[in-house]
Amino acid sequence: MYPEDLSYSETHEWAKVEGGVATVGLTDHAQSELGDIVYLELPELGAEVKAGAEFGVVESVKAASDLYAPLSGKVVEVNDAATREPALVNRDCYGDGWLVKIQLKDSSEVENLKTAAEYKEFIGE
Amino acid sequence: MNKAIKTPLYDKHVSLGGKMVEFAGFFMPVQYSGIIDEHLTVRENAGIFDLSHMGEVYVSGKGAPAALDKLVTNNVDKLKLGKALYTPICTPEGGIVDDILVYRDADEKYMLVVNATNVQKDYAWIKGHLPKGLKVEDKSLETALIAVQGPQSETVVSEALSEDLGELRYYEFRFSVLDGIPVRLSRTGYTGEDGFEVYVDGERAGEVWDVLFELTTAIGGVPVGLGARDTLRLEMKYCLYGNDIDEHTTPLEAGIGWTVKLDKGDFIGKGALVEQKGEGLKRRLSGFVMVDPGIPRHGYTIINVDEKNIGRVTSGSYSPSLRANIGLGYLDLPHDQVGTEIFVTVRDKPRLARVVETPFLKLIGGK
Repeated sequence: MYPEDLSYSETHEWAKVEGGVATVGLTDHAQSELGDIVYLELPELGAEVKAGAEFGVVESVKAASDLYAPLSGKVVEVNDAATREPALVNRDCYGDGWLVKIQLKDSSEVENLKTAAEYKEFIGE
Repeated sequence: MNKAIKTPLYDKHVSLGGKMVEFAGFFMPVQYSGIIDEHLTVRENAGIFDLSHMGEVYVSGKGAPAALDKLVTNNVDKLKLGKALYTPICTPEGGIVDDILVYRDADEKYMLVVNATNVQKDYAWIKGHLPKGLKVEDKSLETALIAVQGPQSETVVSEALSEDLGELRYYEFRFSVLDGIPVRLSRTGYTGEDGFEVYVDGERAGEVWDVLFELTTAIGGVPVGLGARDTLRLEMKYCLYGNDIDEHTTPLEAGIGWTVKLDKGDFIGKGALVEQKGEGLKRRLSGFVMVDPGIPRHGYTIINVDEKNIGRVTSGSYSPSLRANIGLGYLDLPHDQVGTEIFVTVRDKPRLARVVETPFLKLIGGK
């Protein structure tokens, strides 16, 4: 449920860093807690996001929740398929249900995130 | 802090993978397979619900019909035996103390089904406003309530009881026996679909659940949590106490004026409601559909095109049946007119919505 090659935030986003670009999504724990996701508000292409700051909104049938950027940088890709069909996040949160790609400002920020084992402990699994 | 109460079916929910939450002092399942799936299955087939958190208060004794008629806004002294009735209880100011179901069990005996959040308040209110000679008993904790709702619910329930239910009409009930267990079977619900509510002694609830659950799932039905219960009722514009109605709103404003019989004798709140009707309403609980993205939620403010505050959202959700975002809110007149463009403030941004006719979903609602 929590792939080893990803890094995790305490606000339940994951990041996968490859060549200075982080793919970001919502963790399995988050999608499961939210339930059926029906709406996503993601930053626009080119937007600057800051680690720990709000960068979007996810709404399930029963609740709205803010999304926080796990890392700082510039949004270079947005998953339009997920905004069109937010249920993708429920179905495949680490795959087709990714949210945005961020060109990182400082790759070392990733060290502030949790490993899979640390995240699992954090959510009590 | 009081600890939340487990209904007699708590272990069933946990073993079915229900996600348990605290609601009105009870541990209740908010969902099992998912709100959308559960919702659509009720609309198309059948679903089974544990509603044991609801309260049951019995009122009996000489003069009960006339006394109760003074307590509630609808006509309960004319209610026929074997029938149920939906009615508000009002404050002298016309605000809603609770919205309840009244069952007439005998000439001078009624069962009142009250909202879980209001059991203690209602019990005190009822006891305090009825003549001393009447017996008022709170049997909430010993009574379980299981609902089967959906177009296939009659198949499920008639098989469980080995009874033909064709003669049991909407808002009628009978005492019956399910697998040797005495139950009250009522053709009522909160979904807009045909459906049944089965009241049973808490100690036998597990057995009744097992029979109904097996028959429901055998035809493709599912267990349903409070999440889908909320979206199902919202599509029908059924009011949720604490959200859409409370002591600061009246039945006339809430659009349930049909439950207020101003032509009957005196009842608590009558004066205020007569006056409100005479003066005309200033606001009305209205339904709207979002045109812009975003889901309206309880408490969001509603503004008009001139950015003037014209109301607030009382309930809102994604509607699984309509695949749209819908909401209810009190709108200052004349903004309640169907077709009016309004703006719901979603995370500080005005989002366009349009006032629509309600119920959002056109269903016949039972038999």
